[in-house]
Amino acid sequence: MYFQIHFVLLVSRQGKVRLTKWYSPYTQKERSKIHFVLLVSRQGKVRLTKWYSPYTQKERSKVIRELSGVILNRGPKLCNFIEWRGYKVVYKRYASLYFCMCIDEADNELEVLEIIHHYVEILDRYFGSVCELDLIFNFHKAYYILDELLIAGELQESSKKTVARIISAQDQLVEAAKEEASSISNIIAQATK
Amino acid sequence: MSGMRGLSVFISDIRNCQNKEAERLRVDKELGNIRTCFKNDKGLTPYKKKKYVWKMLYIHMLGYDVDFGHMEAVSLISAPKYPEKQVGYIVTSCLLNENHDFLRLAINAVRNDIIGRNETYQCLALTLVGNIGGREFAESLAPDVQKLLISSSCRPLVRKKAALCLLRLFRKNPDVVNADGWADRMAQLLDERDLGVLTSSMSLLVSLVSNDYEGYSSCLPKCVKILERLARNQDVPQEYTYYGIPSPWLQVKTMRALQYFPTIEDPSTRRSLFEVLQRILMGTDVVKNVNKNNASHAVLFEALSLVMHLNAEKEMMSQCVALLGKFISVREPNIRYLGLENMTRMLMITDAQDIIKKHQPQIITSLKDPDISIRRRALDLLYGMCDVSNAKGIVEELLQYLSTAEFSMREELSLKAAILAEKFAPDLSWYVDVILQLIDNAGDFVSDDIWFRVVQFVTNNEDLQPYAASKVREYMDKIAIHETMVKVSAYILGEYGHLLARRPGCSARELFGILHEKLLTVSSPTIPLLLSTYAKLLMHAQPPDIELQKQIWNVFKKYESSIDVEIQQRAVEYFELSKKGAALMDVLAEMPKFPERQSSLIKKVEDVEDTADQSAIKLRAQQLPSNALVLADPQPVNGTPPPLKVPSISGIKLDNESASQTQSQPNGDLSKAQSQIPSADLVGEMVDSLAIEAPPVDMGSHQRVYREEDGIPDEVDGTAIVPIGDQANKVEPIGNITERFNALCLKDSGVLYEDPYIQIGVKAEWRGHHGRLVLFLGNKVTSPLTSVQALILPPAHLKLELSLVPDTIPPRAQVQCPLEVMNIRPSRDVAVLDFSYKFGTSMVSAKLRLPAVLNKFLQPLQLTSEEFFPQWRSLSGPPLKLQEVVRGVRPLSLPEMENLFNSFRVTICPGLDPNPNNLVASTTFYSENTRPMLCLARIETDPADRTQLRLTVASGDSTLTFELKEFIKEQLIAIPMGSRALVPAVPVPAAPLAQPPSPAVDANDPGAMLAGLL
Repeated sequence: MYFQIHFVLLVSRQGKVRLTKWYSPYTQKERSKIHFVLLVSRQGKVRLTKWYSPYTQKERSKVIRELSGVILNRGPKLCNFIEWRGYKVVYKRYASLYFCMCIDEADNELEVLEIIHHYVEILDRYFGSVCELDLIFNFHKAYYILDELLIAGELQESSKKTVARIISAQDQLVEAAKEEASSISNIIAQATK
Repeated sequence: MSGMRGLSVFISDIRNCQNKEAERLRVDKELGNIRTCFKNDKGLTPYKKKKYVWKMLYIHMLGYDVDFGHMEAVSLISAPKYPEKQVGYIVTSCLLNENHDFLRLAINAVRNDIIGRNETYQCLALTLVGNIGGREFAESLAPDVQKLLISSSCRPLVRKKAALCLLRLFRKNPDVVNADGWADRMAQLLDERDLGVLTSSMSLLVSLVSNDYEGYSSCLPKCVKILERLARNQDVPQEYTYYGIPSPWLQVKTMRALQYFPTIEDPSTRRSLFEVLQRILMGTDVVKNVNKNNASHAVLFEALSLVMHLNAEKEMMSQCVALLGKFISVREPNIRYLGLENMTRMLMITDAQDIIKKHQPQIITSLKDPDISIRRRALDLLYGMCDVSNAKGIVEELLQYLSTAEFSMREELSLKAAILAEKFAPDLSWYVDVILQLIDNAGDFVSDDIWFRVVQFVTNNEDLQPYAASKVREYMDKIAIHETMVKVSAYILGEYGHLLARRPGCSARELFGILHEKLLTVSSPTIPLLLSTYAKLLMHAQPPDIELQKQIWNVFKKYESSIDVEIQQRAVEYFELSKKGAALMDVLAEMPKFPERQSSLIKKVEDVEDTADQSAIKLRAQQLPSNALVLADPQPVNGTPPPLKVPSISGIKLDNESASQTQSQPNGDLSKAQSQIPSADLVGEMVDSLAIEAPPVDMGSHQRVYREEDGIPDEVDGTAIVPIGDQANKVEPIGNITERFNALCLKDSGVLYEDPYIQIGVKAEWRGHHGRLVLFLGNKVTSPLTSVQALILPPAHLKLELSLVPDTIPPRAQVQCPLEVMNIRPSRDVAVLDFSYKFGTSMVSAKLRLPAVLNKFLQPLQLTSEEFFPQWRSLSGPPLKLQEVVRGVRPLSLPEMENLFNSFRVTICPGLDPNPNNLVASTTFYSENTRPMLCLARIETDPADRTQLRLTVASGDSTLTFELKEFIKEQLIAIPMGSRALVPAVPVPAAPLAQPPSPAVDANDPGAMLAGLL
């Protein structure tokens, strides 16, 4: 989108905002538990992104670029938190993959770190010793599972068993639909023979 | 996934691309392919559609713009079959954000799934709304979602999603959940047995109470119950324990929710909560398993925040600090980080600071940690914990760290070091050392403000001038020095270089030589500064040095044709002036002292950190600075007995002197005369940058004190001849004591009491809940006043400490008595000074109210509507918000009323109230018991009847609200003392001499004394 003027902003000497008018679609970040989830490989390839706060496509790319730069360059044996643009990013490396979640400054970092681990354990249970390739070719599965774990950036289920049960029920529904479809096409095929 | 071959092939292709360019080509090809398919093929099979939509998501995830096909993704939502629907929902919620227009198209389909009977469809729809639902969704779907959440026929599977979905909608539009109707249901939800639903419901509660806890108090005991159940591991299914810990997430969330309630009133609930917290604090050990460790410490740190929030007893607090002290030295970096972070939060608690100081060596070690996240925390903590006692150590560590710190941290670091050095310097020469070292180590990161500030200090402190001059002279010997060092050295040597004239290597000619060497290396803004210095050196050269004059004139001549106007003008003017010889003396005399202002550095950091609530800066502002750097401070250093002083040499002289200097030498400073030139005019800029918005030093009141004093003595001498017996009745106060008191309530200096013999002036400074009053006891007559006694009768809410009052005030002398005040809690009670003295043989005594009143502990604060209204709404109803119709108001126009409010530091926030007849105001109250507490007020006036109005006051503390409301009322009512009239303190006729007031008895029973007085 091309605008001559993107926004008008009135700020006082003390830095207090007195007026804002936005003509380009800027988004406001509000309080949320987890703002986004990001999976990046050691090579900087994105394996999964999920945004709970409204970011535009442009902002999304920028965030990914910046953060993967910071995280991939961090050495081992450092803490799992980085302070980034007034937020905190909690990350953990599993083999060749970095799992990152962005939270507010005042949030509980360790709690989120264990949400990451919880997610990894569920993936592990589902794929049976999960590896990066599983997530590349079955990225949609990773999304399904994430949706059973987090909604609105908040943890919805802390039982691995329950999540596993729901996911397998979903798989069955898909399989059933497929069988039904193929049996119908068989019927049609036979009828038109 | 079986069957989706096209997708797998595409992913493999992408993986096989050799470089980014090849990948882009492959993606473009695929996008073209998908676009054609969507365009041409109306009867696209659901399978194909599904496949293409997945590919779009994959491409989007790789970071490519996908600007078409959104419609297809959205349309899958209304597909009849589960597999397509699922893909539609998931891809839509990834591709679009809440502001997307296409999303609107989906509202109906989504709503149909939510109210439909199919549980799996309900789940899909709720997930989408929970993840990307916006305002429009909130308005149209909230009631349906609420129904699902509380429905008894829905399975947990659906209800937990409904809880989080409602949370999202509430964040988008808080009106969709009304506390009146929802609080009971929320409380019921907390009885839920299914831990999945309970976890989601707890998140919902956190979100609700974080917006406004009012109305949800019934949830409070339930939260404590849940916490007890989890902490004791009672009735927690195996699948909800995580590495042996009963749902750590639910524990954390529950404790988070509790932190949004201001306090826990019910003693038994409070007791059980503290038991649980105690168990968590004591029972968490460091174990080998990382995950177990993280989870248990997540719970522990949340418990720590809750303990801090609840302001637990001292023992528990020190337990917490001890734990944190342990954490900051463990090997686990996460725990170390969090230990430092929480210690910084702990600084807000007054008692904790001393214990934290014990850990200073460990914190300094963390400043050298390999992890920048940890270093940042350590820096913040050090900055927050610095005070007069440890400033030297901390600042020196910061300086050392500066040379190895990464560039991104250096500016912040040097600013912080400069501020701490200024604020807490044990002595001034150390301060100069620090700043010079700072400039030397990290000149690029030292802003101009920092060196302006050091120049200001040197100018204002004569003792410091030779030291500073010799110090910069040493730096000049270094081979390479930073340009900022050249600037500060040139300035200081120009002003004070002549003080060194007798030292080796410091004659005017040598100074010129060494400075002139640098001229070629500096940028043009520095050259004018050097020219000024040359002119000053030339003037100071004693005896006149012809050789030096020749050299300097050559320089001036050279720059007479400079292309830079500033340089040219200075060169021309200095040349002409210096030819005039003696006239030069006046023009180039030393700069007058600067008026003392708030440090611009501190302002700078405050501006930067305006948003950070817990920033150490806020804390900084509440701490008392070192006395060493208080400039032109007329008061003696705290604790020393006030020396006897005659008015003419008292500290106030400084103010007057600097004022008269500035007045008598309006042209004394050449560069000032040029200040219209928009360039780096040093003095102009310095004054500007240091004086932004700070009020000028208040001199008027003092001048008045002395004027009055000068005028009266003759009269007094006359009365002194009156026969002794009659005297008692003759000692009448001059002026109305009540009026004087009322005036002092609104300003900080003036006369408190005056009679023919003595005048008592007051000057006060207020900082947070601390205050410092200085009583100026001035003897107006030519004979001494003896048996001087001053006794403070403090009300229960103030802690007052009056320094020693001398027994005798010599003739025409003035004595200063500092008085330290600390506010413990809000109250309108007034402290009383019981003052007596003997003149000749008659005893004079007076009971005087001291202007240490409620509004002195207010700090003006102006809020914007975004800041004001959430607070206003969150404080709803008594006892935190009180309303009253006040009658008998003295009629004031609105601007007059605004002035009145502003004068007692309740700031009017203009334009917040849409009704022009109403005023909205805000302020912050400081006391030891309450934290800095935001207070809000609204005054609704009636244009038809100015004598009545409606007053609403709100704050986070019920006593404060009440006291502030009453205080404002008192100020508004026609006779200010009407409602709580104090009998004007008339000097009591002389008591029999044999019975001087006995301080011991009085001090023991101030309450009784007060009661008698009131």
